[in-house]
Amino acid sequence: MERLTLPCDEAAVRKLRVGDAVLLSGRMITGRDAAHHWLVHGFQKDVAEFMKGTIIYHCGPVIRKNPDGSYDVVAAGPTTSAREEPYQADVIGRYGLRGVIGKGGMFKKTQAGLQEHGAVYLHAVGGTAQVLARSVVRVDRVFMLEEFGVPEAMWVLEVKDFPTVVTMDSHGGSLHDVVQASSKAELDKLIGAGK
Amino acid sequence: MDQEQWTNLLVDVVARATSRLPDDVTQALKAGRTREKEGSLAAMALDSILKNSELACAETQPMCQDTGVPLFFIHHSRSISAGLLTRACDEAIKRATARNLLRENAVDTLTGKNTGNGFAPGIPSVHCEEWDQPGCEIKLLLKGGGSENVSAQYSLPDSRVGADRNLEGARKVILDAVHQAQGKGCGPGILGICLGGDRASGYLMAKQQLLRGLFDTNPEPALADLEARCLDEGNQLGIGPMGFGGKTTLLGVKIGTLGRVPASYFVSIAYLCWAARKAVVRVSEEGAVTWKD
Repeated sequence: MERLTLPCDEAAVRKLRVGDAVLLSGRMITGRDAAHHWLVHGFQKDVAEFMKGTIIYHCGPVIRKNPDGSYDVVAAGPTTSAREEPYQADVIGRYGLRGVIGKGGMFKKTQAGLQEHGAVYLHAVGGTAQVLARSVVRVDRVFMLEEFGVPEAMWVLEVKDFPTVVTMDSHGGSLHDVVQASSKAELDKLIGAGK
Repeated sequence: MDQEQWTNLLVDVVARATSRLPDDVTQALKAGRTREKEGSLAAMALDSILKNSELACAETQPMCQDTGVPLFFIHHSRSISAGLLTRACDEAIKRATARNLLRENAVDTLTGKNTGNGFAPGIPSVHCEEWDQPGCEIKLLLKGGGSENVSAQYSLPDSRVGADRNLEGARKVILDAVHQAQGKGCGPGILGICLGGDRASGYLMAKQQLLRGLFDTNPEPALADLEARCLDEGNQLGIGPMGFGGKTTLLGVKIGTLGRVPASYFVSIAYLCWAARKAVVRVSEEGAVTWKD
C-alpha cells in the first residue's frame, strides 16, 4: 500500500505504477464536465493555486449545507472520466496537476499528458460514495457553485486515507488497455468470425 | 389517501431505494467475491462495494452520489387517480432532494443551469397504468447516469458483429455491448434487454426487465436459455468489477420481447450498475403499506 500526501511533486508520482493501491491524504479538488470546459477556456487564476501539485477528482458530490454556512460531504464517489478526455491533458499541463481520480479510465491523449507532465490516473471504486465520503475530513471552499450547481462546482476537499488504485501511470502503462485487449480476444472467440 | 399522504409514502420509497441494495443483488455480489482471487483488484473492489452497501443502509444515506434518473412504474386501481399519483411523485422527488436523499440531479438542457430541486421536464419519469386489482403497486428504479451512458440499442442485422435477425444475432450484440461498456457502467452490471419494439418502447421494456428478481427464471424457455448463456459468456470476457479484470462482469441478464414491424428488429440493452437501487411497495385500497422488494 502506497501513501501520497497532497500537494506532491513530480518525483512522487513518477514512482507509482499500474496496479499500486494508493491512500491519498491532504488537499484535492473536484471537477467534472462544466469545470473542465471552463478550465481550458482561458486561465482561471483564482482556482489555479488550489490545483497546482494536487489531484482533480471527477466527482459530483451530494453536499449538505449547515446552518453556519459550512458544508458537509454526504456522498462522494467518482464519475465516468471518459467525458473529460478532450480536455484532461490540457488541464493537467496548464494548472500543474499531478493526477486525476475517476472511474472507467481514459484514452491516448490523456495517457500522453500523464507521461509528458508527470501525472497519474487513480481509479476509485464507482458507486462507493459512502466509503469515500468518510475519507473526506472537511470541505475547505468551493468555486463556481452558483454558476455550475452542486454536482459540477469545484469543491476543495481535505482528505485522509482516500483509497485509490493506479490504473494509468506516467510511464505509458494502462490497465484499461490490457483489459480492453484481453476481453476483445475473448469476445472474438465467443461471437465467431463475423467480426 | 390524499396527495400529501401519497407524497410522504413516496419519499419513503425514495429513501429505501437510494440507501438499500436489494437482497438478491447483495447475494450475487457476495457470490462474485468468492470467485475472485484474494488480493486481486477485483476482490478489493467487491469488498469496498459490500462495505459501502452496509454503511448506506445503516444510515439511510445515498449509496452512490449519482442518484440517477428516478423511474416510477405504477399500477393502480380505477379508484386511484393517475394524475394525483404523478403529482405526488414529482413532489416526493423535490422533498427527497431537499433532504439530501437525492443529489440536485436535474439540469435545464437549454440553459445548462441545475434546477436545484431534482425536478425538470421528464425527471422524474412516471409511468402509470390502470389494472384490474384493488390498490396500487409502486416500483421505483434509480438509474445512474454512468450506466445509462453505456446502454445501447442495435438494429439487426448488424454486419459489424455478424448479427442476423434471430436470437443468435441478439446474443452477439449483447456480448458486444458488454465489451463496449468495459468498466464505465460501474460493473458488475445487470442487463435489462428487449428484443423487438420500436426505439422508444424497446428501451422502456428493457428498463422494466431490470425490475425482475435477479434469480427468477424466464417463463419462455428460449429466453431463459439466452439469459443464462449471455450471463455465462459475459463473465467469460474477464472485464471484472470496475473493469479491473476478473470473473464478475455481470450479475444478471433479463430479456423480454415486444412485437415489431417487419422492417425493424431492435435489440435494446439497458445496463444497470451494481448499485441497483430499487424499491417495490404494495398499497391496499385502505392505504395499508407492504414492502415487496
